[in-house]
Amino acid sequence: MTRRVSDEQLVELVEAAIFVADKPLSKKHMKETVLQEISVSDRRLQQAIETISEHYQTRGIKLVEVGTGYRFQACPSLSPWLNMLWQEKAPKYSRATLETLALIAYRQPITRGEIEQVRGVTVSSNIMKSLLERQWIKVVGHKEVPGKPALYATTKLFLDYFSLTGLDGLPKLPELQSEKLDQMLNDPSVREPSE
Amino acid sequence: MTEQQQQTPLAFLKGEAVLEKPEDLYIPPDALQVILESFEGPLDLLLYLIKRHKLDILELPILSITQQYVRYVEMMQEMQLELAGEYLVMAALLAQIKSRLLLPKHEELEEEEDPRAELVRRLQEYEQFKQAAENLDKIPRVDRDIFIARALIEDANDNADSLPDVELRELLLAMSEVMARAKKFEHHQISAEALSTRERMSMILQYLSENPNPVEFSVLFSMEEGRSGVVVTFIAMLELLKEQLIAIVQVNIGSAIYLSLKLQE
Repeated sequence: MTRRVSDEQLVELVEAAIFVADKPLSKKHMKETVLQEISVSDRRLQQAIETISEHYQTRGIKLVEVGTGYRFQACPSLSPWLNMLWQEKAPKYSRATLETLALIAYRQPITRGEIEQVRGVTVSSNIMKSLLERQWIKVVGHKEVPGKPALYATTKLFLDYFSLTGLDGLPKLPELQSEKLDQMLNDPSVREPSE
Repeated sequence: MTEQQQQTPLAFLKGEAVLEKPEDLYIPPDALQVILESFEGPLDLLLYLIKRHKLDILELPILSITQQYVRYVEMMQEMQLELAGEYLVMAALLAQIKSRLLLPKHEELEEEEDPRAELVRRLQEYEQFKQAAENLDKIPRVDRDIFIARALIEDANDNADSLPDVELRELLLAMSEVMARAKKFEHHQISAEALSTRERMSMILQYLSENPNPVEFSVLFSMEEGRSGVVVTFIAMLELLKEQLIAIVQVNIGSAIYLSLKLQE
């Protein structure tokens, strides 16, 4: 039994569903739950989402799409004030953690050994453990080399946390100065400067 | 390392502050550990040395860098710090590069690569990800820059179910504890204090309405009033409970009992 609803009703239902869901809500998940008895085409659902999004353009909260679906969040410009609502400040992450996370994000799938090679130091087990526990990274397979090391990749929860829809939303990796390097290597006059 | 330098006090509250201060490579041993902790390994230290001398990575002056680097490693040994193997490997690599640069270049070995190339490549790659990590830290993230907006589903029944009822026995047990404590505060001189249950009910209600959070059972008793005061308070609580003006909850048997205003429909 499928029911028909007006566009207005659909907008209301989708808006409420995203608001009360305890995690981001994907279109697929909406269709399987709140919309399961309602016949709604993909196009109508998309339109409803756009209507909601437009409605919140001038408000303190916004509808955003992140890795696992849609959610409402406060305008980032209000964050300095909103921060005062909580006594505890958000945790800061160490450089070791951030560098490890950056390598996994940009070079995935990557082994722990490969991370260590770029960073020049051992990656502590605690860092990997806490990243796994936060579910920002996961093991996606094992490399076919001796020891079969685990290959790590970032998760959709990682995207949710940084409010991204995909990895292409990450800042561009700073460019390597490879041209200059080649130039140096080909130029026999560039040698050790006189001390 | 002159004595005068060693005595120079150096503020090292933060790794950064210490790093900016020394004009040359010498760093007082006290500060060394702090400084080493602020590096993410040998590549990071090397990058720092190169940057401090405002050198282009690509024009790496191996000799001076090696000298500085080895001095750092020597200091680590003097300090008997548990020397990370990675730093020694880097020192060995720098020494090897230096020695290869000093040797005359063989004409027949046309293909010989610049010995610095591999190191430069690694340094560049590390710098790239060091920057990427800093960029990653700047992306707005949940609970620091992004706050998720969420509505709650109104469901009073569901909420009531999740709070376990207090057994009468538990309530009496808590009461007897309060009574026992009240006894210790009791005065021998008995004054004719008129304690009204209704008045006490109002006081409890007012106290609860001023406190948005549930109030612990024993907080509402005033020991100075003695045994009779405690009894009046307890009866007032039971009365309020009977009239469904307050709610009493206890999460686990034996744990603290809390009172709160019953929300009006």
